[in-house]
Amino acid sequence: MKVVEKHALWLRVHHWLNVPFLLLMMWSGTLIYWANDIYPGFFPESFYSFFHIDHRLAQGMWVHFFVAWLFISNGLFYLIWVFTSGHWRELIPTLETFREALPTILHDLGLRSIAPPQGKFNAMQKISYTGVIFLGIVEVLTGFAIYKPVQLSWLLSIFGNYETTRLIHFAIMIALALFILMHIMQVIRAGWNNFRAMIAGFEVEHEKE
Amino acid sequence: MKKNNLKNRTILSFVVFFALAGVLVSAWWWMSNQPKVDFTPKPFRQVLELNGQIWKSLFNKNKINECSPVAKGKKPRVNGAIGLKQDFDPENWKLEVTSGAQHLTLTMKDILALPRTETRAEFRCIEGWSDDVAYAGVKFSDFMKAFQLNPNTYVGLITPDEAYYVSLDIESMMHSQTLLAYEMNGEPISLENGAPLRLIVPVKYGIKSIKRIGKVYFSDIRPPDYWAEQGYDWFAGL
Repeated sequence: MKVVEKHALWLRVHHWLNVPFLLLMMWSGTLIYWANDIYPGFFPESFYSFFHIDHRLAQGMWVHFFVAWLFISNGLFYLIWVFTSGHWRELIPTLETFREALPTILHDLGLRSIAPPQGKFNAMQKISYTGVIFLGIVEVLTGFAIYKPVQLSWLLSIFGNYETTRLIHFAIMIALALFILMHIMQVIRAGWNNFRAMIAGFEVEHEKE
Repeated sequence: MKKNNLKNRTILSFVVFFALAGVLVSAWWWMSNQPKVDFTPKPFRQVLELNGQIWKSLFNKNKINECSPVAKGKKPRVNGAIGLKQDFDPENWKLEVTSGAQHLTLTMKDILALPRTETRAEFRCIEGWSDDVAYAGVKFSDFMKAFQLNPNTYVGLITPDEAYYVSLDIESMMHSQTLLAYEMNGEPISLENGAPLRLIVPVKYGIKSIKRIGKVYFSDIRPPDYWAEQGYDWFAGL
């Protein structure tokens, strides 16, 4: 039995802070979206009434424009840490990563017996974790663009216009929600040893017989 | 490492994890249950005010709310009738203006005698919808110049029935697109859109563009604002 230090303390702090911050952003964002739900039928009335979403625009805004600062700060400090600690080498996909992507998926689905060799993260983890960080950055930028469309008109024009930017902001929220669901499923599949590492930091490796 | 040590470290980590989670949840609960200031728990109200300060200090008066040309006669969207519910005869309308000791009562004729300005902008509602509209009216800065009104920190505007009222920072009021408007999309403003004279502030959410102005006044103390009292951000800048 060998004990491996897997996740640094800072990584764990940033990771877990994202849970309340992101959930609060999604919830308050939905309170705001309700006031003018322009994507017909996306959320049925039953969804609104079950989660008590209706008639809470003011609350949605005071929560969204407060937690946004926490979410952004957490993300910025995380990015600084990723690049100064060298963690980015374990995270950012390379060409090799994309070559290993399909074999990794096939192995995950039980269609291929041998997993491609991997470091801390496998190919699909690198791609999806880097992808979700990218989505988070675009979510913040589109958020600022629809928050101050006149003062930050240059930012708005990068994403098209007010309507397209709003659509991107909304679509990324859905993508992040899907990522979270997928992530939780994969963590359950990976088991206790892997999950404990995200809280206690270490993982136990059993020596091969 | 010994098995026992691992077990202890695991337990300690989980205890710290749940303790910190408890601290965060308690902090959130405490914040959410603070006394409300204008329908908003105080800490959240303070952050809204801080956000307002940040964007006020970053305000660039040269930034314009732009939109594509609008077809003449296109119906502008109508939303909200607060302040418009009283019986009202636009023919007998008068505008009360107060600036320090100065007091004026103006008619539509006085307003129409001032230089006419046309602009167009994407009207953005705080609810999320937007609508491109072409406007004609008097620039608020021209209006101030014409009657030699002294700028204070804030401008307050009220409907004749006093049911709807807004207050704005003077910088936004002096913006080149801020109009006392009497035309929308090439036609006289309809009653439900605020005839005979309404405010148009394209650098703010629509809640600030008060319809059917009855009174304008200047103040160094922030005048009351209908939607800020209902829990919205007071600055509401775009």
